[in-house]
Amino acid sequence: MKFGIVVFPGSNCDADAYYAVRDGLGVPVEYIWHGTRDVGGFDCIVLPGGFAYGDYLRAGAIARFSPVMDAVLEFAERGGLVLGICNGFQVLLECGLLPGAMLRNDSLQFRCGYVNLKVENAATPFTNALERGRVIRLPIAHGEGNYYADSQTLGNLQAAGRVLFRYCDGEGNVTAEANPNGSLLNIAGICNSRGNVAGMMPHPERAYQRILGSADGLEIFRSVTSFLGGR
Amino acid sequence: MAGEDRAGPEREPTCEQIVGRKLWRGMGLKDFEFERIRGLLGRSPNWTELGMFAVLWSEHCAYKHSRAVLRTLPTSGPGVLVGPGENAGVVDIGDGLAVAFKMESHNHPSAVEPYQGAATGVGGIIRDILAMGARPIALVDPLRFGELSDMKVRRLFAGVVAGIAGYGNCVGIPTVGGEVAFEDCYADNPLCNVMCVGLIERGAIKRGVAAGVGNSVMLVGHLTGRDGIHGATFASEELGEDSESKRPNVQVGDPFYEKLLIEACLEMMSTGRVVGIQDMGAAGITSSCAETAARAGTGIEIDVAKVPLRERRMSPYEIMLSESQERMLVIVERGGEDGVAAVCRKWGLPCSAIGRVTGDGMFRVLDRGAVRAEVPASVLVNEAPVLEPGWEEPAYLAGARSFDHRSVPVPGDMENAFRTVLASPSIASKAWVYRQYDHMVQTNTVVLPGADAAVIRIRNEGGRPEKGLALKADGNGRYCYLDPVTGGRIAVAEAARNVACVGARPLAITDCLNFGNPEKPDVFWQFRGVIEGIREACEALGTPVTGGNVSFYNESRNRAIYPTPIVGMVGLMDDASKATTPGFKAEGDLIVLLGETIDELGGTEYLKRVHGMVAGKPPSIDLRREKALIEVLVEACSSGILGSAHDISDGGLAVALAECCFFGLPGARGADVTIPWVGRADSLLFSETQSRAVVTVRPGMERELADICRSKGVPYTAIGRVGGRRLRIAATGVGVLIDAYTADVERLWLEVIPCLMNG
Repeated sequence: MKFGIVVFPGSNCDADAYYAVRDGLGVPVEYIWHGTRDVGGFDCIVLPGGFAYGDYLRAGAIARFSPVMDAVLEFAERGGLVLGICNGFQVLLECGLLPGAMLRNDSLQFRCGYVNLKVENAATPFTNALERGRVIRLPIAHGEGNYYADSQTLGNLQAAGRVLFRYCDGEGNVTAEANPNGSLLNIAGICNSRGNVAGMMPHPERAYQRILGSADGLEIFRSVTSFLGGR
Repeated sequence: MAGEDRAGPEREPTCEQIVGRKLWRGMGLKDFEFERIRGLLGRSPNWTELGMFAVLWSEHCAYKHSRAVLRTLPTSGPGVLVGPGENAGVVDIGDGLAVAFKMESHNHPSAVEPYQGAATGVGGIIRDILAMGARPIALVDPLRFGELSDMKVRRLFAGVVAGIAGYGNCVGIPTVGGEVAFEDCYADNPLCNVMCVGLIERGAIKRGVAAGVGNSVMLVGHLTGRDGIHGATFASEELGEDSESKRPNVQVGDPFYEKLLIEACLEMMSTGRVVGIQDMGAAGITSSCAETAARAGTGIEIDVAKVPLRERRMSPYEIMLSESQERMLVIVERGGEDGVAAVCRKWGLPCSAIGRVTGDGMFRVLDRGAVRAEVPASVLVNEAPVLEPGWEEPAYLAGARSFDHRSVPVPGDMENAFRTVLASPSIASKAWVYRQYDHMVQTNTVVLPGADAAVIRIRNEGGRPEKGLALKADGNGRYCYLDPVTGGRIAVAEAARNVACVGARPLAITDCLNFGNPEKPDVFWQFRGVIEGIREACEALGTPVTGGNVSFYNESRNRAIYPTPIVGMVGLMDDASKATTPGFKAEGDLIVLLGETIDELGGTEYLKRVHGMVAGKPPSIDLRREKALIEVLVEACSSGILGSAHDISDGGLAVALAECCFFGLPGARGADVTIPWVGRADSLLFSETQSRAVVTVRPGMERELADICRSKGVPYTAIGRVGGRRLRIAATGVGVLIDAYTADVERLWLEVIPCLMNG
């Protein structure tokens, strides 16, 4: 079993994801350079956070044209697991692997801090180590995390259980006050219809050790290994 | 291509015109300085040479007014690996590792273009750390602004914070701390100081030296444009009516390029072919070439035709003085050029060999082979005049000193006074600021912003306890205004105490010294006093100065800022997982006041906010007591006795206790304390007497803490217990002074800045 972390120019959470998988999970992991078209040998590919290509033009808009993204699309097509975190989620939206778009945060400011997330679907490759309805604590750090999709798309996401996480308060209530960026339906993470591609704005790789304030993020990565292990 | 389009010297003033029209004055040089240049060169400088002298002999680059006084600071110690004079100081943290750190100001640019001014300040200090060979791991940004009731101030505040966020977040270095204070004296002259900290293996420390005759001089990073020409000169003048027109002097930052530059430089340094490396900050190619040559005792010859340009028709003068951002000068071993170029290609960065190291000590600038400037590098770097300005005690001090706090009426409603102090923007929560900063990227931030000091763990893979670096910046301009020596002492002492409150041993400091116009005797008197105070405190606390920066001319319309030294302190702890935080931990924990409160109110936040006065002597400080308190805190934290620790500073004891409740864990957000006291009730609550802290003790450990305090001679007073949902403060003999719901006063404290900023 091996994880791959894509490195775009401007990725800055690539090393964090690497450490979380290697040290937190204890699973082999390698970096994948953006110029490659070969992603053979990997079981799960992580598109990490950061500012790929400076996020110039629009977050993720340039990164989707990287050579590696052709390979990632094929990998996903074959059923490989792809997890986009923060900027990686934005790239997945831009390349069409996931539906919807990101607007600027409704505060018009960057937001960094811990948020509470309600697990909406625990039956996916990325959430099976959690329980539905459980509240987990993860950090966010983004300026464009205000999830938007048309009402039909939102309806489809909900009906198919493709909303993985929603921003909530400490008791699990999904409220406007608990929404850090204005996302529709407080959506913090979604997956595709096959369930093998997921994107989330919060950073599970920043919460892989108690010393960092939370180890809840490790459950996301554990879900992947248990899914792959049981396959 | 660029060469064909370039403007030639025929469009520039001749030597005769320079002399005839005294053109050096327009570049900020004084007549006697021009004469000194002529004497040193034995001829008149040409236009390009004059521009090079003007920037390198600017106050910003040459420290003309401060150099002699700065020499009095202690700069060496057992852990200091690199002291002042290099791009950043470096201290040893054991296990073969070292920490590079430095603070700089970007005040003038931030005053005219807050977003880019602050952003490029962050970019510049990151490159200084990178130039030592270190990976940047944290940023700390101390800021000063006028009062937020002023719309222009709100614009500057919002712009500076957004600029720091825009740059720091993108490059992926966590902004883990800082501090913000608001005083009217900063209304036109905000302070934007930026500190960066980097981690490096001891053996891999780099220097800014152009060593080895024949080695290549390479320019790596962004293209060179016309931005920021004479930025250093601009930073060496008072701001005036025409300062807005100097906006083109402010550079524009590109954090994406900076991120690529960081990765590329670290990668090329690991090849072993890089001999020296230097940031191109103020004065761009001119200063980086001259300084690396002067440090190595060599010469440098470059050809401006080889500099990759962003704009057409740039003259040698413009290329030499451009302050385009995200560029580094790299001295590469002969034969290593291709390796460096390959790394740059991988990261998509322009890179060009622009010249070579020579043995003749000259800094020679060619344009397609023709000499355009030729001056000894050491003359540019080391021969700027050292000035000894006059000094004189300012007139306002006599009035301020004669203040007697007994003449101030004691408020009838102490709780109301408490709320007023808590609602001062300088005291209120700064979450509005730090939630805009990515403070967790790199996943090493163990103590987040808001605490006494931030803590970064030093990752290790052996499963041993991970060390922690504690970082903090402090400096109270109001104290320094009222008494520079005491204010200087307190800046160091408070930073050290903050670092000790999280459990770290203070190691060393960097300082950023922000003052008015040094040519004015009262300003220079303040400067001398502050340095004296910093020197005394650094010696007493064993924390040498490893570098820093002086920012003069923070003055406009004949009004100077308060003298504002900002001290950036680095502390070390053996086990980052033991870091102590200010929030109360559990109901029933004993609350202990360490140190002694003196009946004094001079210079306090309370006196200013409640009585509208800036007067009196600043709080008293005894450096031996400070040292003893620090030793108690470090020992108690490392032995696991303490549940929480918080220093008592701005706002006094009442604010400190309130913050311990605000940061408390669920169930530990209230306190009931009674303090033995004879004296004015407002002094008990709001005195800012130094060398004090509020701690809680883990159950059953009370005896141990009392013993440590006794052995160090630190006063220990058990004042109450954690619990309930209220903050209740009483004094023996006086009765209850404050009794309020924590959540109620917390809301006030949290909402002050957001409310002011959202109008």
